[in-house]
Amino acid sequence: MIDSKSGTPTYRLAWTIPDTLVITWRNLVRFRRLPQLLVFSTIQPVMLLLLFNYVFGGVISPGGLKYTQYLLPGFLVQIVLFGSAQTSVGLAEDLSRGMIDRFRSLPMARPAVLAGRTVADTLRYTFLVVLMIGVGYAIGFRFQNGAVPAIAAAVIAVLFGFAFTWVSAFIGMSVKDVETAQVAGFVWIFPLVFASSMFVPIATMPDWLQAFAKINPVTPTVDTVRALSLGGPWATPLWQSLAWIGGILLVFVPLSVRRYRRIP
Amino acid sequence: MTGEPRPEESTNVQGGAAISAEGLRKTFGKIKALDGIDLAVPPGTVMALLGPNGAGKTTFVRILTTLLSPDAGQARVGGYDVIRDAATVRNLIGLAGQYPAVDEFLTGRENLEMVGRLYHLGGSEARRRANELLEAFGLTDAAQRRVKTYSGGMRRRIDLAASLVAKTPVLFLDEPTAGLDPRSRLNLWDVITNLVSEGTTVLLSTQNLEEADRLANNIAVLDNGRIIEQGTAQYLKECCGGDVLIQLRVADRAQTPLAVELLGTLGDGKIKSVPEAGEISIPVVGGPSIMAEVVRRLDAGGIVLSDLALRQPTLDDVFLALTGRSAEATEEDAAKAAGTRRSRRNERSAP
Repeated sequence: MIDSKSGTPTYRLAWTIPDTLVITWRNLVRFRRLPQLLVFSTIQPVMLLLLFNYVFGGVISPGGLKYTQYLLPGFLVQIVLFGSAQTSVGLAEDLSRGMIDRFRSLPMARPAVLAGRTVADTLRYTFLVVLMIGVGYAIGFRFQNGAVPAIAAAVIAVLFGFAFTWVSAFIGMSVKDVETAQVAGFVWIFPLVFASSMFVPIATMPDWLQAFAKINPVTPTVDTVRALSLGGPWATPLWQSLAWIGGILLVFVPLSVRRYRRIP
Repeated sequence: MTGEPRPEESTNVQGGAAISAEGLRKTFGKIKALDGIDLAVPPGTVMALLGPNGAGKTTFVRILTTLLSPDAGQARVGGYDVIRDAATVRNLIGLAGQYPAVDEFLTGRENLEMVGRLYHLGGSEARRRANELLEAFGLTDAAQRRVKTYSGGMRRRIDLAASLVAKTPVLFLDEPTAGLDPRSRLNLWDVITNLVSEGTTVLLSTQNLEEADRLANNIAVLDNGRIIEQGTAQYLKECCGGDVLIQLRVADRAQTPLAVELLGTLGDGKIKSVPEAGEISIPVVGGPSIMAEVVRRLDAGGIVLSDLALRQPTLDDVFLALTGRSAEATEEDAAKAAGTRRSRRNERSAP
């Protein structure tokens, strides 16, 4: 029966996780039923990894390190960033097809539609992260620091991507159509990815770019993943990276949910 | 813990109207989508919103279903304010929007079960309801297929089924039969009639007078964001369009004024003519008997007819009588005003 309980914040909060799981399931079914999409979205990063490795590997060996060793930890962060950009496209699609209207008219928890999307996208690129480590091993990459730090490295990369799925969710809720989401969702990723310690040491960059690279949240995250993978000081970049992850979530989760509630 | 509403309890919680609106206004840029709407729908009845595209029907439905905030005025569903108590209102309503909102990659059954779970019905109840509705909408054979493979009519039906999953006491249907073939339309009318007999309150928007006539206890005619007339189907027809229309065309256009003169006393004097085409239409009550009288009078006047027919009045006739302009023209105005807004094919169906 309809009682005061159904409208209370506690009631709605209690349903956040079950509702999020339903939406996550719905989004994952799509990946499973579009095997072609899965294949091609897998081929692309594999191809990029191989190209970066064999094209630049001959000239770049930072600190005498084999480029494959230097590249792969950074590449994992690249995977999660581009993976998170998909969130805005998926949400814009739901918006344009009226799915968001239907969900908003249901008595479900408010953040669930967004959370279900970000969690599904996170699971999808987690699969890619694992796959890339496998491909890395095939081309000569080796973790140097033991199993636990290796797993921690992957977890940090995935968490970092999760924070960015919420930035992406905010973009998806803010643009008017899928086409705009496709552009707006990716354009900001490029400077973050390239102007960082992901592909080359930032000391090789011009001063002004170094200045940006140093404050770029991707840099401490890549440094953390790299240090955990290969050995080296990881504590400072780890705290910086976690602070970014926490900060981004603190800002963009409420912002996105607010957008969702007030779609015109 | 489930907030599953029971029709008997919740519609009567507050007494009074199941749906009410007072002074609702909403503006999009320069367009006044709603310009002061007052409406009350008693529990267990059907209210039809009748009007052309751009009249404000969808905006009104979106406000009542908590999707959109009004600029001014207030609205209640089941006694709960759609803004302050939005979360509670969502427990009381089912919505089928103007465009089917179902997931293409899920099967028909999965779509219904998903909606059931999001209404917090619980897994087994969600499955049971999904099967019931698939059966009721003739989709059992297609239940295991992805919606992607469904025809337009099947999508419409699965979308409507989704709005009925939780047996909510109040149902909003935005042009529910647009794009449905005649058989599916009749089928849906039966479903709605059954729901109402069980106590459900329905607000449906339509461009089809026949549909409003068949289903609704009351009809509100919308134009430019205002309700310009409201009443039973019978009342609207009598005041504005007649029970049926006698339409005729004289063979010699020059005789149109003479014919109008001869027939002028029929049908409460609400006779209309288009002399350029030689066309005359007369809204009447009790068509067939009057038709004989029409023939007798014209015959006596020596006027030859090229066409004579009895026809059900349409939205266009009511609209023309109420506003002095046709619904089609209004639609064009609205489309121009809306500019970039999504356009959709006019799915009007001729009775």
